[in-house]
Amino acid sequence: MSEVLKPTTAAQLRDIIAWAAAEEASLDVRGRGTRRALGRPMQTSRTLDLSALAGIVSYEPEELVLTARAGTPMAEIDAALRERHQMLAFEPMDTGPLYGIAPDGGTLGGVVACNLSGPRRVKMGAARDHVLGFTGVSGRGESFKAGGKVVKNVTGYDLGKLLTGSFGTLAVMDEITLKVLPAPAKTRTVIVYGLDDATAAAAMADALNSPFEVSGAAHLPAAVARRSGVDYVRRTGEAVTALRVEGTGISVTARCAGLKSLLSARGALEELHTMNSARLWREVRDVAALLPDPGKVLWRLSVPPSDGPKVAAAIAAALDAEFFYDWGGGLVWLATAPAEDSGAGLIRNAVAATGGHATLFRASDSLRAAVPVFQPQQGALADITRRVKDAFDPKRILNPGRMYAGV
Amino acid sequence: MKMPAPDAAVLARRAEIVARLREIVPGEGVIDAEAELRAYECDGLNIYRQMPMVVVLPSTTEQVSRVLRYCHDNGIKVVPRGAGTGLSGGALPLSDGVLLGMGKFNRIIEIDYANRCVVAQPGVTNLGITNAVAHAGFYYAPDPSSQIACTIGGNIAENSGGVHCLKYGLTTNNVLGVELVLMNGEIVRLGGKHLDAGGYDLLGVVTGSEGLLGVVTEVTVRILRKPETARAVLLGFPSVAAGGACVAAIIGAGIIPGGMEMMDRPAIHAAEAFVHAGYPLDVESLLIVELDGPQAEVDELIAAVERIARAQGATYARISTSEAERAAFWAGRKAAFPAVGRISPDYVCMDGTIPRKQLPAVLDRIGALADKHGLRVANVFHAGDGNLHPLILFDANNPKEVEAAERLGADILRLCVEVGGVLTGEHGVGVEKRDLMGTMFDETDLAHQERLKCAFDPQGLLNPGKVFPVLHRCAELGRMHVHRGQLPFPDIPRF
Repeated sequence: MSEVLKPTTAAQLRDIIAWAAAEEASLDVRGRGTRRALGRPMQTSRTLDLSALAGIVSYEPEELVLTARAGTPMAEIDAALRERHQMLAFEPMDTGPLYGIAPDGGTLGGVVACNLSGPRRVKMGAARDHVLGFTGVSGRGESFKAGGKVVKNVTGYDLGKLLTGSFGTLAVMDEITLKVLPAPAKTRTVIVYGLDDATAAAAMADALNSPFEVSGAAHLPAAVARRSGVDYVRRTGEAVTALRVEGTGISVTARCAGLKSLLSARGALEELHTMNSARLWREVRDVAALLPDPGKVLWRLSVPPSDGPKVAAAIAAALDAEFFYDWGGGLVWLATAPAEDSGAGLIRNAVAATGGHATLFRASDSLRAAVPVFQPQQGALADITRRVKDAFDPKRILNPGRMYAGV
Repeated sequence: MKMPAPDAAVLARRAEIVARLREIVPGEGVIDAEAELRAYECDGLNIYRQMPMVVVLPSTTEQVSRVLRYCHDNGIKVVPRGAGTGLSGGALPLSDGVLLGMGKFNRIIEIDYANRCVVAQPGVTNLGITNAVAHAGFYYAPDPSSQIACTIGGNIAENSGGVHCLKYGLTTNNVLGVELVLMNGEIVRLGGKHLDAGGYDLLGVVTGSEGLLGVVTEVTVRILRKPETARAVLLGFPSVAAGGACVAAIIGAGIIPGGMEMMDRPAIHAAEAFVHAGYPLDVESLLIVELDGPQAEVDELIAAVERIARAQGATYARISTSEAERAAFWAGRKAAFPAVGRISPDYVCMDGTIPRKQLPAVLDRIGALADKHGLRVANVFHAGDGNLHPLILFDANNPKEVEAAERLGADILRLCVEVGGVLTGEHGVGVEKRDLMGTMFDETDLAHQERLKCAFDPQGLLNPGKVFPVLHRCAELGRMHVHRGQLPFPDIPRF
């Protein structure tokens, strides 16, 4: 195991990275290490542990702004927000259970670095939509900042978006400022039983296109629905299409009624209340309970929502695959057996035909070394990616190769 | 306004450049006659004017690509332009530059309700997108006040906002994909109809990049179902502080209105005199709070907002009872700029964002700064998100007032930064706030932004002179100053 460097101040963080840049010493950048299995395996000379750069720096509920250090545990942020009836509206996924790690262990920096968003993404946007600004250190060993601490800002390039989802390959964030929003007073979920995938996608589109402000739209084929911990989802043994409604009490009641009447012709309906809703959407968000076999390879497909069933069917026709849909069909979680390339070529071609992309979200180190984890880039796009890396981390010291070979 | 020095060698080749552009864009797509060039000498920030060397109006992605490649290969600067409604001078021409007008890209390519998106060419107006889907009950959410004229391509360049962006986001939160032509003529697609683009979030940095990274030739934007209903309440307060406290209390109660606008006394009086919206004239601040969504929710929340306002000392409250009344509430706010234009020969609109709690103090200080510079200011304010629009009144025929207005504007923006805010909430930096970037960012911050520019346009030919106060060569920015040595931090915990 390589030496672990654990800065406790912003100045130490800068000194370490400046030293590493001078020595061309590569760093494995991590918070609490809960997402180490996400991305390509790396060969690094040292580990940069950010877990001591932790704590909420400022939280002003009425300004809808929270600033915390990258190493702050998500559990701490969630608790602070809950106390003031607020939330991170992008509903960050907890990847722990997928990788056999206890839940609620990750850090804010990890969530932002991986741009992890949950079911509410269809209505409220992704992690990248809620990052307002940051301070950090680039691979050049220089401290810099971008964005601001207000909810509306177009001053300079939106580097917060660039770093969100960059898997720590461009810069190491220290303080991150996020937009926060009021948490809904009430949550209900309308579920429809027995729809095939294509019909479910149409039903989800109807619901998302309705004025009822659906904040989650998922479809679990029968075999997947049977694994839910929610009795209503599991018990008929049929496929379940779930539509979430959140807001004030009166509004939620009215919208649920509207949704039910919109969907009644599609099949038998049921309504989940607070506890069951929370449990189901956590299962959808975190995936592990619904596709539980840790021996399977897990793919995350991002496609136009109406193409989800077509893509999944094309893959399932050729491979032994299990899957379910979130984001109205636009996010497909797909588990396959870890044989050969685990269907990478087939999956990537099916997804690329829609303009979307596939991520090899969980696989052995050897498979992730052999198969590109992220959708391969070509031509001018690959050139820009490389030049952006050159701009921020010319010596290739920050998480080298985590996203793409040579980046 | 200091712009990059004109390149004499390029100017000397003007006739040849025009001829070559005519080969790429035949017909009437190239403009070089002085009278016709005049139409392009400024954008919405008309205190700065510059005639372009030549205007080219391509109509296909291939033409854009060939124009850019030709300019790239010949070291010719290019300034992209949409409808020219921008308020920060982002489309201000260069005397030795090609002005690339995207107005001919005016087609909606596809409406896809199943995926809730519209694919359009960048010259389609913001409102044109909403109009294309309105019959089906949909709309495009960001609504800058110039939406009837401004183009979606320009919106992407500026990351435009509008009155509804606290709830529905800025342009960047509503764009799914673009086709982008780089300065070297290469064409890339970023994002698409899927919800999150793969790889680095280049779409996120292109949006709001003010035409410095590439030229957008196609956009895919998210459309939303129109809310079932919308109602507004007009609230008057005896002080700016009470109005500001009411905004905080509404958000503190967990309510995110579709729109929440504030006007100060001078703005209220100017608007009322102009459109007779029925605004109360005996208040110091006026709030328009609009709730949109399902009927039941709107009715519940609007009553809650009124209760909160009374508790915060509102002396006037009127809830719209009809669509006509709601429109009347907005008419005054939407006419605030022309209304101010009636009471002053000229005005310039500032665009800082501040933490909302700073509002009373900031308005007091803006008043004091205005007195110091001998000018008047009317304030309108996107109160929900803290985006302040002080309108500085002056006479452009009086050079002293022009100078005073520029100085006052700069003082106001410096004040916004000083209280924890930013230079621009939605209008962009352009040339207007370029030289103030140093108040918000240090040299290292700016160098990191400029290096991103270098990754897209290493020669710095695309829209130079905007956003960055000092132009550096990419080679100079790329150099690293390294100090080798032993791990110099014995006090850092290591394992």
